[in-house]
Amino acid sequence: MDIQIALLLAQDGITNGAIYALLALALVLVFAVTRVIFIPQGEFVAYGALTLVMIQAGTVPATLWLLLGAGVLAAAVDARGALASGQKGRLAGVLAWNVGYPAVLAALLYGLPLATLALPLQVLLALLVVVPMGPLMYRLIYQPIAAAPVLILLIVSVAVHVGMVGLGLLFFGAEGSRTPAFSEARFELGPMLVNGQTIWVIAASIVLIVALYLFFGRTIYGKALRATAMNRNGARLMGISPALAGRLTFLLAALIGALSGVLIAPITTIYYDTGFLIGLKGFVAAIVGGLASYPIAAAGAVLVGLLEAFSSFWASAYKEVIVFTLIIPVLLWRSFTSHHVEEEE
Amino acid sequence: MQVKKLAVLCSLAAASYVSPALADVTIGISLSATGPGASLGIPEKNVFALLPTQIGGEKVNFIVLDDATDPTMATKNARKLVSEDKVDVLVGSSTTPATAAIAEVANESATPQVTISPVSLPAERNKWVFRTPQQNSVMAAALVGHMKQNGVKTLGFIGFSDAYGEDWLTSVTAKAEAAGIKLVATERYARADTSVSGQILKLVSARPDAILVVGSGSPAALPQTTLVERGYKGQVYQTHAVANQAFLKVAGKAADGVIIPVGPVVVVDQIADSHPSKAMGKSLVTKYEEKYGAGSFSSFAGHAFDAWRLIEQAVPVALKSAKPGTPEFRAALRDALEGNKEVIASHGVYNMNANDHFGLDERSHVLVKIDSGNYKLIK
Repeated sequence: MDIQIALLLAQDGITNGAIYALLALALVLVFAVTRVIFIPQGEFVAYGALTLVMIQAGTVPATLWLLLGAGVLAAAVDARGALASGQKGRLAGVLAWNVGYPAVLAALLYGLPLATLALPLQVLLALLVVVPMGPLMYRLIYQPIAAAPVLILLIVSVAVHVGMVGLGLLFFGAEGSRTPAFSEARFELGPMLVNGQTIWVIAASIVLIVALYLFFGRTIYGKALRATAMNRNGARLMGISPALAGRLTFLLAALIGALSGVLIAPITTIYYDTGFLIGLKGFVAAIVGGLASYPIAAAGAVLVGLLEAFSSFWASAYKEVIVFTLIIPVLLWRSFTSHHVEEEE
Repeated sequence: MQVKKLAVLCSLAAASYVSPALADVTIGISLSATGPGASLGIPEKNVFALLPTQIGGEKVNFIVLDDATDPTMATKNARKLVSEDKVDVLVGSSTTPATAAIAEVANESATPQVTISPVSLPAERNKWVFRTPQQNSVMAAALVGHMKQNGVKTLGFIGFSDAYGEDWLTSVTAKAEAAGIKLVATERYARADTSVSGQILKLVSARPDAILVVGSGSPAALPQTTLVERGYKGQVYQTHAVANQAFLKVAGKAADGVIIPVGPVVVVDQIADSHPSKAMGKSLVTKYEEKYGAGSFSSFAGHAFDAWRLIEQAVPVALKSAKPGTPEFRAALRDALEGNKEVIASHGVYNMNANDHFGLDERSHVLVKIDSGNYKLIK
């Protein structure tokens, strides 16, 4: 191995690591606020990327129908709740958000010349379709069982994951796709060639991480989420709605997932079931951070990316084994250094 | 009164469900229509909707199941087909691991199996299993022949870390050695990998004259695009499992110049009129694309069709000696499949015998070069 190969591998590892870092942050966030181990996180990656692919092909993305269906269901559930508690005034708002928004979006998607739009607009449309599925998913699936034990939430997550993969196959078909790169630029950086897309991925990850940092540190909603993560009951006593916190968290998780998908779609082939493995590697990173620490999870993600890149060079047959075996020493080390606290259920 | 009516209806329904299995020929099919092998399984499944429902006056029932590219699921399907549906012949599956799982059940229950994937089995478990795709070693020989002609001295290999990749590695290693070509680097990757930069860097740094990529469908595009990105200038070879539109679409410009061995049906418009598969291949492609859209035909649909051809030829022979639904019929069908001679199908002409359950010969492959998204026959 010479220095050039090492640099190329490091570049590859850091690019993938940046995506894993984003997913790890989302996983930590979702777990901290709602205690859900969010296995379907990876599906948002695939949905985001493949929705963009469909938009670029000039077809109305099939994910729109999922959004419409989930919106109608959520509207029915919310409307029933509003009527039962006699709050007729809330009905208009419920309908506007859950049914009106997808309907307007559908009109837009049918009206616009999708294939010829500028790339940023296509990306924006893809995000507009995929991201609202996050809060809708929380409303329909997790909110009714918000108080259930972690294990039940985990089992439900597995079910949601399997369901979303199945729908993904139905929506996007079995074959993988790629999107054109955001920029074809290539830079000479000392002895190595850096891809424009690599810069995009790393820059977008850093921007997103900084934005999240500011969101949690400076805004009232961010602080509310942090409070909920620290102490659910205490936050509730302070007037923070756990339902709102849940939806907001899932909105962020879906945004991070879909954006990651859009970012990596030009550098790799995305299949309807690609998300799971990417999400799982984000999960390894989140475990390194003990499902609690954001900076350690992000560092863990870069470690996973680098480990993956270098092991694919030295021992490609054992690449996944090496990456996932990383969990064992980390768990051992964690169980020795931290004292065990029973979760009160 | 209501209850009685319901009971009568139920028994009628049950009777109509059971009775056809007694006299008709039943074909139990397990394919990978979902999961990582879905790009193979879907076109294969599509073919069964185009087939006639009679062989020599005998009605044929198709039972199509999905094994989700999962060997455990494939075993479950095969057991269900054999014990509940009492099928006369098993067809499937699409990928090698799932096929090997079904072969276990086929041998155990003494049911003939026609697979759509080129599985390699030890001799004692080969008795009931027949394949339609070209044996990997036949395709490897064709590629190595081309390499030798073009002065390739060193070869790099990157393939799936599964049974398909391993089988190709063994085949190509043996053939290349015999031709005096040295295998200088071997790397593996998985279908779901998001990056193969590490493997490709290692391959390229070994500076082989040519590189063979062993993958199937669109997952084979990632090594291809990475090779181009890394500026590899030598000849790249791929295998017959990439002969579908998805690979061409995902690999795009990067696939230009790649050489692959394919069945004649893939370039049916370009092969000579004298080729035995020309007419049959042409009619299959036309029928398939009429129903599923222009350009939708892939090599895998041809393999599934060939499974039907083998069964279609063997059933009348077996019917002479036994009734469908019985163990005797299954044994007779196995013998008839093994006795298939000069069966013209879309991928070539089958001649089975006790030692060869692949049956295809030199007429089963041609070499093509990919040129801006199209296959060009290499004469």
